[in-house]
Amino acid sequence: MNEQQIFDAVQNIFRENFDDDSIALTRETSPDDIEDWDSLEQINLLTAIEKQFSIKFTLDDVRDLSNVGDILDMIAHLRG
Amino acid sequence: MQCFDYPFDSALILKKKRALRRELLACEGLVPKKIAILSGSTVGEIKNILELFLLNAGIRPEFYVGDYALFYEQLMFDADGALRAFAPDVIYIHTSAHNLGNLPLQSDSPAQTEEKFAAECARWQQMWKAAERFGCPVIQNNFELPGVRVMGNLDAVDAHGRVRFVNRMNTMAAEWAAEHPNFYLHDLCWLSASVGVDQWCAPAAWYAYKYALDMQYIPLLCHSVSGIIKSIFGRSKKALVLDLDNTLWGGVIGDDGPEGIELGMETPTGMAYTELQRYIKELSGMGVLLNVCSKNEDSTAREGFRRADSVLKEEDFLCFKANWEPKTHNIAAIAKEINILPDSLVFLDDNPAEREIVRQELPAVTVPELTAAEEYVRILDRGGWFEPTAVSADDRRRSEMYRQNAQRAAAQQSFGDYSEYLRSLEMRCEAGAFDAEHAERITQLINKTNQFNLTTRRYSAAEVETLMRDPGYITLYGRLIDKFGDNGIVTAIIGRKNGTVLDIELWIMSCRTFKRDLEYAMFDRLVEICRCAGIRTICGHYLPTAKNLLVADFYATIGFEKVSEDASGAADFRYEIPETRVLLNQVMDTISL
Repeated sequence: MNEQQIFDAVQNIFRENFDDDSIALTRETSPDDIEDWDSLEQINLLTAIEKQFSIKFTLDDVRDLSNVGDILDMIAHLRG
Repeated sequence: MQCFDYPFDSALILKKKRALRRELLACEGLVPKKIAILSGSTVGEIKNILELFLLNAGIRPEFYVGDYALFYEQLMFDADGALRAFAPDVIYIHTSAHNLGNLPLQSDSPAQTEEKFAAECARWQQMWKAAERFGCPVIQNNFELPGVRVMGNLDAVDAHGRVRFVNRMNTMAAEWAAEHPNFYLHDLCWLSASVGVDQWCAPAAWYAYKYALDMQYIPLLCHSVSGIIKSIFGRSKKALVLDLDNTLWGGVIGDDGPEGIELGMETPTGMAYTELQRYIKELSGMGVLLNVCSKNEDSTAREGFRRADSVLKEEDFLCFKANWEPKTHNIAAIAKEINILPDSLVFLDDNPAEREIVRQELPAVTVPELTAAEEYVRILDRGGWFEPTAVSADDRRRSEMYRQNAQRAAAQQSFGDYSEYLRSLEMRCEAGAFDAEHAERITQLINKTNQFNLTTRRYSAAEVETLMRDPGYITLYGRLIDKFGDNGIVTAIIGRKNGTVLDIELWIMSCRTFKRDLEYAMFDRLVEICRCAGIRTICGHYLPTAKNLLVADFYATIGFEKVSEDASGAADFRYEIPETRVLLNQVMDTISL
């Protein structure tokens, strides 16, 4: 899976989770940009991402994720 | 919706919850219920997913979610009165072993550990006692086993062991549930064990988000809790319709003959089918009605149950449809014959094509996906479709009572005149005011009767108890006995007194006693009671639902005058009690208790 494919998969997870096909992510997209993206939804998103990429976030991994770019970097890092 | 039936795809449900919710909310006939969730951990997603499972069962929940981890304080004190103001139909206390206090420490003396255990029991019991004042069913889980054990295996034995502590707490909670009718135990200990304690508990989810379980099991938890709520509101299934070949035994009896089918302890496959038959036999003992629907010659199909090693016997089934008609016809006929709605049926068939046709043609029927024979029992079990909240003596006799109905039907055919037939049944109606002895059965009847139900108003056990003692109400239950047997308590009326007017808030009758003139006997008795109580007018109401069309004109047929009707079909009726009246019931004796 290349960078673009990871991005597309993450975007798809956001679209499904928020039931909104118009969501278009950038690396800068943050909870400020998506109304329903609160701390509880963040857990759901991360859980879906774990499942999708067969990875497991540790407590330290998820502490400082503040936007989509952070999430993409973390996925790339964990996939090695 | 198929995706909510076991085995469900948890990831899909979590991922698509918004789309699923949108779709489910568009369904018609949803019944609103107010559910208060009080918790000892994060509930955000639990609320969302529980909503989906309830919507899928036809219940539209309105939630009150207590503050984070304040379940104890809110139930004990409800300081801001918000819980009372919400007036919940159900309180669900979502807790986990994280919420247990007074845990034993290695430094405690044996006496101290015992004191701590007693203190912890008292703390929970006080809260459960306090919760009774809300007058609604309370669902409380027991506790998952600890994920780690300082004392290893000895943890289950020693006074300082937390495995022992949790086990004892769980026994205490089960005893409490057995003694308190409005208190329902959610068996979290079993549920977590079914996936494994290591899987269930996710330390990261707890430390980071205070979820007391791994996110992926939230659908499993919600399915389980919704099973209790569905059962409380009478939405559990009532009957099983069973295919035969490769469903109740291995092989095709028409080809292999009764000796050739796989059943019994000789082969691994045979054992799997025998185990399924045992499970189904137990379901039947609990009150689930069994029926056969198979493409076979009738005589050939029956041979299978005459094998000595067949756990199920012909007489275990109410309707036995082995023929070459389409299964959808047979299933519809079964529902009609035993007089229940298709949405109370679960259909078990190994053939995917048959399952698909039934799903298409009879969407109300539940049709589980079957995989391999050794998985059938678990699929049937985990579906939770028949979940009871309590099993009464009447439930255990239910198959018997339906069989008596079949005898009555046979007797009917020998009479030209229907009322002559009714008189021949030697019926007796025992009618009395609600009392403690019968409260449980009456509550159950109120909450599961859908067809002969004028208002479809549901009452909790606590409400029924309150009514029983309230002089402002007239309550009446009826038991029907005839020469074929005792039908048990099958009808009930609740009326609220308002000066010289009685307002009938509820009138229900079980479908198994339709067309017996029991409603006439009940009304005659009600009029008599009203006379004694100085009541001159009786008001009745019909509130239409998807299921009670049958009684839309009921009040008119027994002499009420329709005084109003709105666009939805809801109508009000009025009956002025005359000086003298001819009794409606001419076919049975009524005994007032």
